[in-house]
Amino acid sequence: MTTPLLEVRKLAKTFPVRHGFMGGRTGTVHALCDISFSVAAGEAFGLVGESGCGKSTTGRAILRLIEPDAGTVLFKAQDVYRADPRRLRALRREMQIVFQDPYSSLNPRRTIGQTLSEPMRVHGLGSPREIRSRVRALLAEVGMPVDAAEKYPHEFSGGQRQRIGIARALALEPELIVADEPVSALDVSIQAQILVLLRGLQRSRNLSFVFISHDLGVVRHFCRTVAVMYLGRIVERGPVPAIFDAPLHPYTRALRSASPVPDPKAKVIMMKLEGEVASAMAPPAGCHFHPRCPQAMPICSEVYPGWTQVTPDHGVACHLYPSPASEDAPRAQ
Amino acid sequence: MSATTAAVRRSAWSRLGTIVRRNKMASFGAAIVVLVALSAIFAPWLSPHDPLEQDVLLRLASPSAQFPLGNDSFGRDILSRILWGGRVSLYVSTVAVFIAIVVGGALGILAGYVGGRFDRFVMAAMDVLLSFPTLVMGLLVVAMLGPTVGNLILAITLTAVAPFARIARAPTLTVKERDFVEAGRALGFSNLRLMAVHVLPNVLDDILVMAALWLATAIRTEASLSFIGLGVRPPTATWGGMIREGFENILDSPWLAILPSLAILLVMLGLNMLGDGLRDTSDPRLRHE
Amino acid sequence: MSSAPALVVDRLTTEFRIDGRWHAAIREVSFAVGRHETLALVGESGCGKSITALSIMGLVPRANGRIASGRVLLDGRDLVQLDERELEATRGGAIAMIFQEPMTSLNPVLPIGFQVAETLRYHTSLSKAQARAQALALLEHVKIPSAAQRFDDYPHHFSGGMRQRVMIAMALACKPQIVLADEPTTALDVTIQAQVLALLAELKAETGMALIFITHNLGVVASIADRVAVMYAGDIVETASVEALFAHPTHPYTEALLSSIPRVDRDAGALKPIAGQVPPITAMPAGCRYADRCPLRVERCATMPPLVALSGNREHEVRCWVRTGDGGAAS
Repeated sequence: MTTPLLEVRKLAKTFPVRHGFMGGRTGTVHALCDISFSVAAGEAFGLVGESGCGKSTTGRAILRLIEPDAGTVLFKAQDVYRADPRRLRALRREMQIVFQDPYSSLNPRRTIGQTLSEPMRVHGLGSPREIRSRVRALLAEVGMPVDAAEKYPHEFSGGQRQRIGIARALALEPELIVADEPVSALDVSIQAQILVLLRGLQRSRNLSFVFISHDLGVVRHFCRTVAVMYLGRIVERGPVPAIFDAPLHPYTRALRSASPVPDPKAKVIMMKLEGEVASAMAPPAGCHFHPRCPQAMPICSEVYPGWTQVTPDHGVACHLYPSPASEDAPRAQ
Repeated sequence: MSATTAAVRRSAWSRLGTIVRRNKMASFGAAIVVLVALSAIFAPWLSPHDPLEQDVLLRLASPSAQFPLGNDSFGRDILSRILWGGRVSLYVSTVAVFIAIVVGGALGILAGYVGGRFDRFVMAAMDVLLSFPTLVMGLLVVAMLGPTVGNLILAITLTAVAPFARIARAPTLTVKERDFVEAGRALGFSNLRLMAVHVLPNVLDDILVMAALWLATAIRTEASLSFIGLGVRPPTATWGGMIREGFENILDSPWLAILPSLAILLVMLGLNMLGDGLRDTSDPRLRHE
Repeated sequence: MSSAPALVVDRLTTEFRIDGRWHAAIREVSFAVGRHETLALVGESGCGKSITALSIMGLVPRANGRIASGRVLLDGRDLVQLDERELEATRGGAIAMIFQEPMTSLNPVLPIGFQVAETLRYHTSLSKAQARAQALALLEHVKIPSAAQRFDDYPHHFSGGMRQRVMIAMALACKPQIVLADEPTTALDVTIQAQVLALLAELKAETGMALIFITHNLGVVASIADRVAVMYAGDIVETASVEALFAHPTHPYTEALLSSIPRVDRDAGALKPIAGQVPPITAMPAGCRYADRCPLRVERCATMPPLVALSGNREHEVRCWVRTGDGGAAS
């Protein structure tokens, strides 16, 4: 069994909510709890969920752009959180991020060339001439014309800016890319262009992805494995076809059946889910989903379900699938 | 949508030029400011006489061919004194505002970027500075440290630092949340680089607008301090000092006080028009958000 | 289906002034919406679907926009010809609109109950107390939980999905004949979107109103529409019943669009993205606007094709020389 490229173990993160002049703490947002998964080299791993589920926070925690309260992230068996500044800087070259909003991901005051060459200059990756030619190569790799280097971001469309953002993420030759909703802000036809580009890059560079999205169709297309998140926890994790064709967790089922499909014979099943997502400041006791769950049982409001591996690669946290050992080891939130 | 936006993101200076040209008020203000600045810089060549040369016989003389604006109570040429007085006023104000921009701007960006207790502490310190009226600050500094040009500049700088710190902090709070700053962190950039190379240029617009308006305030402050005798010592010509001297003869020779006042008025008008024009035409129309 | 249509849009053209010259954002747009019918207006950003809705409502920004020609017929009256006062009486009354961003279309400093009641009092002769009671009933009808207790709450107390329900309550308050919904669920989570779509379907069945649903999401279209009009660069390029559109997408753009959407119900096949971009409004080609990106382009495409019914299905219209020239629907 080869070591996975990325291993995330029991990540947890809370944010204090402060009000008032001296910033007294009035509440806590439980953003992440017990997040664990792993990504192999060259694999695309999807993280899906609706707003507030913590998928973006997870992505940033992996890159240590957010410091978690607990948990470990191992990148190529190195501990990301124990790394000293020098080691961290070296690690940063190997994991990068692509953002959702093409209009805020590029510095409007810098040319494209400056934006792309800056990381290489900062890390001392070659003479100015070498860097210039690498910038040109990057632009070509993402399908942008070479003369883009002298232009400013506002001269480009959303799709083009997204390509530039991807080029910037590739500048330091990373092995893992955290893509945070990379196509959500783009038009349908541009989405397809960027997805094809990302797939091509994955193949040519053997890149791994942590692909964050709320769009199940995009995740199905791009990812091999997916984890479904709800209110800061992973509720189900497994291979993409299994999760989307035969979901186990009631929330995954609801998410799947609520996702529109371009086929009039497969209308969205609309009445599946009542109520709203609870606030992350006061997640319901026991299983966070129980107030909305059509199959809730008494135990669901008392004890958080343990994790059950239903098959070797498909797991779920739900009392409908009790694991042999979980009954006596409750993990209330 | 992008077809309708106009300004290209070149250097801040060329953008400034574009803005100024497009807005009539700003252009007019800029013209005045440039005129005054040039006359101050070239005062040694432009003034017909030595501003310090006294002539008892010409005391309080009306304008004449040789002395176009007349003579003051010591017989000195008013025109020359106004030109030379401008040098002092503009020198003091510009240096003071420049230092205030650098120090205040840096503090503001730092406070906004770092956040937390440091931010609260810095802003509290700025609030303390802001609570001092400019004249009171001037009094304190000069009384404690002595009436030199350097201390005058210090006094004005102290009052200007806080507004610039605030003006730099506000957009910093927004810019630091933008994705390209986070991208920089992910790429391993140091915080210093992020503040200097990424946050600062995006904050400069707001600072530039303030700079013009604050120059006007600084000039007025300097004149006020000179007027109450805390500024540059006579016999050096300063506008404030001239008004003070003119006060003694305000009834029979009002032009002694009026003329330097008009000079101050003109400069402040120009700077305010420039600043207002900048403020009006910067932001939403030129931002590509 | 047999009675007169609820709304007829007849060759509507809306222009904007850019750099001193007028450019058409939508050109000669024509369609009809029957009573009880849901028409989906589909297209990507810049295609003109929102402008069409604003033009129908008379909300085109006056500063640099105008309706250049065409008619919008509601109950036989041409809305384009009405003056502002008459339009105000019609908006919210016979015809209502729901917007995408409920936080900006609800007044943040007024309680939601007040805003719903306000609509009622403006368009009907109800007293203050009656309007309040009616507004409460409406809020309960759109399934706002604890509506009575939350009647005086402000918009920021509600989530996005709840705010959208309030908007729907306001839109439906005066029992309009036709409602325009401009991307009402785009900003919502998928499960909330499903709830809101279900609500709209229910209300529509109850009141018999017509609905024009604007979206870029073809999945949503498949779920709620009876008929679909596809727009590209200011023109309608295809109209059909929802079944016909998805089974036989005829215009090359529609076809290309459907092949470029990743689907959750199928395993990953190859996505076929559409190369190129929509031409900018200031540089529209004279002929077919899709020609630059179209694999079927022929010489004739340098002139604008008309919207023509297919021979196999009179209800299915396409704007394409190649696909209608020899009169056949792609099968």
